[in-house]
Amino acid sequence: MGSGGEERGTGAGFDGAMAAELVAGLRRSFASGLTRGHEWRAAQLKGIVRMIDEKESAIMAALHEDLAKPQMESYLHEISLAKAACTFALKEMKRWMKPEKVPTSLTTFPSSAEIISEPLGVVLVISAWNYPFLLSIEPVIGALVAGNAVVLKPSEVAPATSCFFAKVLPEYIDNSCVKIVEGSIPETTALLEQKWDKIFYTGNGKVGRIVMAAAAKHLTPVALELGGKCPVLVDSSVDVKVAARRIAVGKWGCNNGQACIAPDYILTTKSFAPTLVDAMKRTLEKFYGKDPLESADLSRIVNSDHFKRLTGLIDDENVSGTIVHGGQRDEQHLKIAPTLLLDAPHDSSLMNEEIFGPVLPIVTFDKVEDCIDFINSKSKPLAAYLFTKDRKIEDQFVKSVSAGGMLINDVALHLANPHLPFGGVGESGIGAYHGKFSFDVFSHKKAVLSRGFGGEAPARYPPYTPQKQTILRGLINGSIIALLLAILGFPRD
Amino acid sequence: MESVGVEGVANEVRTAFESGKTRSLAWRRSQLKALQRLLYEEEEGMFRALKEDLGKHQAEAYRDEVGILIKSVNYALENLKKWTTPRRVHIPLLAFPTRGELVPEPLGVVLVFASWNFPIGLSLEPLIGAIAAGNAIVLKPSELAPASCNFIAKSVSKYLDNMLVKVVRGGPDVGQKLLEQKWDKIFFTGSSRVARIVMAAAAKHLTPVAVELGGKSPAIFDSLGSARDRKVAVERIAGAKWVPCSGQVCIGVDYVLVEEQYAPVLIDQLKATLEKFYPRFDCLSRIINEQHFQRLSNLIKDPSVAATIIHGGSLDSETLFIEPTILLDPPLDAEIMNEEIFGPLLPIITLKKIEDSIEFIRARPKPLVIYAFTKDEKLKSRITAETSSGSLTFNDTMIQFACDELPFGGVGGSGFGQYHGKFSFDLFSHTKAVLRRSFLLEFTFRYPPWDAWKLPFMRSIYHFDYVSLLLRVLGLKRS
Repeated sequence: MGSGGEERGTGAGFDGAMAAELVAGLRRSFASGLTRGHEWRAAQLKGIVRMIDEKESAIMAALHEDLAKPQMESYLHEISLAKAACTFALKEMKRWMKPEKVPTSLTTFPSSAEIISEPLGVVLVISAWNYPFLLSIEPVIGALVAGNAVVLKPSEVAPATSCFFAKVLPEYIDNSCVKIVEGSIPETTALLEQKWDKIFYTGNGKVGRIVMAAAAKHLTPVALELGGKCPVLVDSSVDVKVAARRIAVGKWGCNNGQACIAPDYILTTKSFAPTLVDAMKRTLEKFYGKDPLESADLSRIVNSDHFKRLTGLIDDENVSGTIVHGGQRDEQHLKIAPTLLLDAPHDSSLMNEEIFGPVLPIVTFDKVEDCIDFINSKSKPLAAYLFTKDRKIEDQFVKSVSAGGMLINDVALHLANPHLPFGGVGESGIGAYHGKFSFDVFSHKKAVLSRGFGGEAPARYPPYTPQKQTILRGLINGSIIALLLAILGFPRD
Repeated sequence: MESVGVEGVANEVRTAFESGKTRSLAWRRSQLKALQRLLYEEEEGMFRALKEDLGKHQAEAYRDEVGILIKSVNYALENLKKWTTPRRVHIPLLAFPTRGELVPEPLGVVLVFASWNFPIGLSLEPLIGAIAAGNAIVLKPSELAPASCNFIAKSVSKYLDNMLVKVVRGGPDVGQKLLEQKWDKIFFTGSSRVARIVMAAAAKHLTPVAVELGGKSPAIFDSLGSARDRKVAVERIAGAKWVPCSGQVCIGVDYVLVEEQYAPVLIDQLKATLEKFYPRFDCLSRIINEQHFQRLSNLIKDPSVAATIIHGGSLDSETLFIEPTILLDPPLDAEIMNEEIFGPLLPIITLKKIEDSIEFIRARPKPLVIYAFTKDEKLKSRITAETSSGSLTFNDTMIQFACDELPFGGVGGSGFGQYHGKFSFDLFSHTKAVLRRSFLLEFTFRYPPWDAWKLPFMRSIYHFDYVSLLLRVLGLKRS
């Protein structure tokens, strides 16, 4: 497929002018109609599948370099999900692209109507560092299957993966319609100044606000996949061993807690807490051994900034005393051991910022209802989890807690299901994707109505006689008599 | 409620929302039924307000606002149960036993800005969707239509739940005070200029927005063969220019594209139609205010534009009346061919071939609607595939607005976010994905430590390769 898809950002002065030129070129490619056909879109997806198959070890190596991500996680959480997204889209694409016929009412009789999905045009995808492969390629897959031209800006905080995209992706897709721009704030700012047809951003709320403010200047619609504090409510009716395992793998088995849908904190009743803490400790030892800092199955913290942030959270003098497990760290290798805390103060930073690391506070309350109130006192998270066998608690949780998505008796799995929309609400984001939702988020649904020249209703037009007004009322309310009268041309001209 | 108390209105309504009252179907149904009653009982009041604000004839008021609202609220009541019922989702066998569903939830507290041209319709239509979805609402009708604004405030207060549906009156300063507060969704109908301000304010709170804007919606007029069809077509074009609110309508025909050779026939039919529709001008709405009257006068003041007027052109600043005016090929760089006209001036642009209309339209920002009058199926396909617009309507105008099954909204310069029918319900909802698992059936190879043997297992699972998986479990297959 040739090279030249990458734009070297850092140091090469990728400024507003270059960004404008980039977008102009993509608009020309898009205007040529190249991306509209099913064949072109399928070719892009097949190219990505080939890339994943042929370069799997290179991808795993990049992820290991960026995050010390264990191979299993790289496969499970990034590579396989990316490939599954492609194959699902390839299978369903024709169906998604088909116009959807919709019924019409008597008011517009006779007519036929359909909803046609169109690409938005030229879209910008800004990705994150924690699942740098998946969170770059999955939105790009959505953009391509919907027929858009796309610019991908991978996160500079995961430089090896960013470099992989810049060097390798161009070999597998059509460079006239897909561009990769590497870089950090200056390059992202230059991109955000341009007029896009959609901006898809994955990251944090602070930058999400900057992205949306930039989009507002051009009235560009946005999708924002943000984060939040994902709560896990554990009720005493559970099989605690299974619950502990699932929570643990959803926390530390997902990039060592650096995942937007990782459990951020646990809530449980005061009476159940000791049992739960005990089960968690035993699970942790089983998973990572007596010295977790030595385990190869834990990602490291991505960089020293985040390392300092996380150690700051647990070293806080009001918090450090509540550690009941873990707390060890290895600054040189940017490793922090899985750490559990019990009832840290509610006003600590730990309990108010998204943790995004291997630290798991447990807060206890007298009753489960108090736990739910606590969850609702915070902003809406990306995911909320509940472990229970009690149907009533389950129903109450689903009804009263608002979150992007919800999982009962497991953690994180919902993101792997292409039939479920994945996205946030409130502070955790705007818009959703995965599966057909990806296609939809990058499409415009155009309403197309076709009429003939029969069935004219003079009642629509002035001069407005009382007769006409009566028929008009009937028409709008779908009355058959009014329709008949209208068809018969009443009132006569 | 005037400026006093505006600063705290979002919080006040949020506290009421958190009581949970809007969650029940009973509450939503009661509000929609109350709206139904409002629409039937207050008809005279609506006609009076619209007559006062815009000189709207009551037939127009019914056709374009009241009747539409009645239809929409009936549709919402009929479908409320269906819309609010969670939807089951397919789960692959490998994840058995798992149940998935999509649960619609209200977003919370919604802010609705309405525009002045269909001041009652554009205020209450979003309200229908927001209520059906279980939200609390603060509505700010346009101050440029003061009689309608007062009507809405009085009648909403009389018929609807005062704690959960509030109307705030005022101008841009009140709008600003509202925008500083935190909302769960903002729905805006109006101009791009103000929409930018709204979205920038929303960005501070990461509030999702929907903006219903406008643009220059063209009508492509192809040769239709029969005089009768031509007459119907031209009446429909007139029905989207002067008939609704004197052209002050976002889905109106802004300008017409026609092949040179057919322009005379089109113009003759337009003139005949105008004579038929308007023996007097008492059925014509007036321009909303002096500012817009001035704006429209300026569009035809330019001598190079004025020279192209072939019908109409008279203005009366006292009564804010502008005669239905037709122009033939005004300069393409004049303001009238670059700004949304939003008034009773109709430029006709001639082309060598009707197919050139596609390129003409593509060179300009995406409009809210494209109208095309043609029987040529090939041309229809080309227009559908090669142009982009909020909606596309063949051989009629305006009527797509009345279809509850079609999404209504713009794309690109004409806005984003769609409503009407179920699209309104979805626009004001969060669709929450809920997955339920049981404690049975553990796949222990999910868990660390991740020994080398576990990876091939996961590969089999992810390929939905049940046979391989079975063999592995039985120990009959190695990597």
